Amino acid sequence: MLKKRLIPSLLVADGRIVQSVQFRHTNVIGNVITAVDFFNGWAVDEILILDVSREHTGREAFLDIIDELSERCFVPLCVGGWITTIQAIETLLEHGADKITLNTHAFRNPQFITEAAKVFGSQCIVVSIDVRRDAAAEPIVWIDRGRENTGVTAVEWARQAEALGAGEVLLTSIDNDGMRKGYDVPLMKSVAEAVGIPVIAFGGVGHWSHMVAGVTEGGVDAVSAGNVFHFTEHSTKKAKEYLRGAGVDVRDTFFYKVSIPRRPRYKHY
Amino acid sequence: MFVVIDYDMGNLKSMSNALKALGLPHEVSGDRDVVERAAAVILPGVGAFGDGMQALRRRGLVDVLQKKVIDECVPYLGVCLGMQFLASKSFEHGEHEGLDWIAGSVNRIAPADAALKVPHMGWNDLDVTRAGSPLVRSIESRTAVYFIHSYHFVPNARDCVVATTGYGGDLVAAVQHEHIFGVQFHPEKSQGAGLAILRNFADYVTGHVEKKTDPLTAGR
Repeated sequence: MLKKRLIPSLLVADGRIVQSVQFRHTNVIGNVITAVDFFNGWAVDEILILDVSREHTGREAFLDIIDELSERCFVPLCVGGWITTIQAIETLLEHGADKITLNTHAFRNPQFITEAAKVFGSQCIVVSIDVRRDAAAEPIVWIDRGRENTGVTAVEWARQAEALGAGEVLLTSIDNDGMRKGYDVPLMKSVAEAVGIPVIAFGGVGHWSHMVAGVTEGGVDAVSAGNVFHFTEHSTKKAKEYLRGAGVDVRDTFFYKVSIPRRPRYKHY
Repeated sequence: MFVVIDYDMGNLKSMSNALKALGLPHEVSGDRDVVERAAAVILPGVGAFGDGMQALRRRGLVDVLQKKVIDECVPYLGVCLGMQFLASKSFEHGEHEGLDWIAGSVNRIAPADAALKVPHMGWNDLDVTRAGSPLVRSIESRTAVYFIHSYHFVPNARDCVVATTGYGGDLVAAVQHEHIFGVQFHPEKSQGAGLAILRNFADYVTGHVEKKTDPLTAGR
């Protein structure tokens, strides 16, 4: 049977991993390559890396990171942030990305999803949806890294994205991001039931049991988290063990040692 | 030297990175002259069958592949679309002719369970049905590998099938016919298990080149 996927997310601002709390970036966690080496040796099923830089600078450094990551990452690599053109997608794929995550630009120009899916295939196009609940607790889509209210509900936009050609939805709760109280499970459930494409839950994991709830109650196909992996030793391995113990069908690791020398890096970011 | 065929269909960097990690000298190229010198051919590919075959033909690669793989018995590994090309024909958006190296057809996945989504995307278990194939040496059943496809290869004769995967019925995951191999999953994205399978192919190629034996007996 198809496994439920465990996907660590790396948020990169100006070349370094950052922690995010309700979309404000706080601590700098450190080096991306070190993090991926750990993930790669363990049982992660995919890696998500998002350029969350506030300004569109340091893109060269970001592409450098993708380059080096892809040399040592033998699971699918999904990349997002600041993607507004077909050319930009092509560049990322050439640097070793396998999938692309679209957000703000796709919301403002929905045809971009269709166009991208036509060129690269739906399997390559993930639509990322950031959601904040309004005063009436309605889940509303926010874009531009949580700065602009669209007034559209999460289910509405997810359905539309699927119809436009998206192959997957990355669903993030801004309210829960970094709060360690678990996913917004009702939100996950409403979107997972509304669309026929896989849904990845993101935002709020503080304990492995939150991931179990995402799968069993939320009905999502994949669970993602960022911060929690940076502060827990052997974290992805422990997450997998916990999920398996709770009866979630996840992948075992097949260990095959490769050692890839790191390129020396003298540059300051 | 391995040649990874470049015909503008899919992510060749991943395959190149995996071969690099295994320390296998290779060249990524769509040049006929380079393919002529290949000790083994790897054909990856993502995308539609018809477009892919057309791209191969346009570059004059079908003839050279035919010459190398069929006439000169150079080992071949097709990945994803590269495995589907082995078929006689595909029914993806119309009807298209394949390389016809293993008789069979490529059809849309139709899981018996309507709740299962198409594409079949993610990690799924291999059921090794022909453990004697050099491709799956040290690979046990229930090893998970990464799939992403909406169509699947249905060979006419089952004896070429090396492994299957369960998705509302059995889908063919790996095939071998003499020195011709194909995998529906992405070994370059299947972490340790995938690298081990690529290593198995490389070991087969080394033995094949050194011994110059009949590929039938080399495959046991």
